[in-house]
Amino acid sequence: MNLRRDVFQAIADPTRRAILLLLASQSLTAGAIAANFDTARPTISKHLQILTECELLQQEQSGREIHYHINAKKMKEVADFIEPFRQMWDDRFNKLEAIMKNYKPKK
Amino acid sequence: MELKTKVNAEEGKHDLVITREFDLPLELLFKAFTEPELIEQWMGTKVLKFEGRKFGGWQFETSDPKGNVVFKADGVIHEFSPNKRIVRTFEMAGVPFGVQLEASEFEAITDEKSRVNMHVIFESVAQRDEQLKLPFKQGINWAHNRLEEVMNKLR
Repeated sequence: MNLRRDVFQAIADPTRRAILLLLASQSLTAGAIAANFDTARPTISKHLQILTECELLQQEQSGREIHYHINAKKMKEVADFIEPFRQMWDDRFNKLEAIMKNYKPKK
Repeated sequence: MELKTKVNAEEGKHDLVITREFDLPLELLFKAFTEPELIEQWMGTKVLKFEGRKFGGWQFETSDPKGNVVFKADGVIHEFSPNKRIVRTFEMAGVPFGVQLEASEFEAITDEKSRVNMHVIFESVAQRDEQLKLPFKQGINWAHNRLEEVMNKLR
């Protein structure tokens, strides 16, 4: 699975961007996050799941509750606009390496 | 974890350097950069023209599955030293990034390892930064297109 694309997919959605903004300054439970939106609770849960899966959010257990907070490291990676450019070249070069490892010169 | 491909783009400068080490002998690395059928495979583009010599021209073109041209770039080769160095110009059609000068240096680290160092010089800092942001924008577009696709299927 391509993690980079997942991150872009995650931040391309307006509700998910709103969730990230909401959590920028605080960590909240799923219920507290959902209370900020008109959207149905299961929909918000799905958004939280996607954001957690691509590591933009992290879960933290405190007692019986799960708090969500922003993964600053991952957010920085996305904000750092050189990173997609670097990954594009990394993908190309990985392909090059794989192709040339199997390369048989034409006789 | 050490990143295999490094991009060095200093703030406020109009150039950037891409460096990568390969588990490949130098000759194979150079071949991958200079044989059209190999370039096509790893760059994911069609090579319309590639003349590996001084004053030679090159031309790449990429089409989507419907046949629309989505990427077009061309330039002229200024230096072609096998297994050592390629200097060429690079211009992408349809984008305001101007012409870039690219000097790629190839070197052997061991018999089985090699390195490429690509120095890309832009006309201005703004043009360099726009080019750097391109994959980011494409990523966003990709996400939007994907979203549309999914939504269309739901209808």
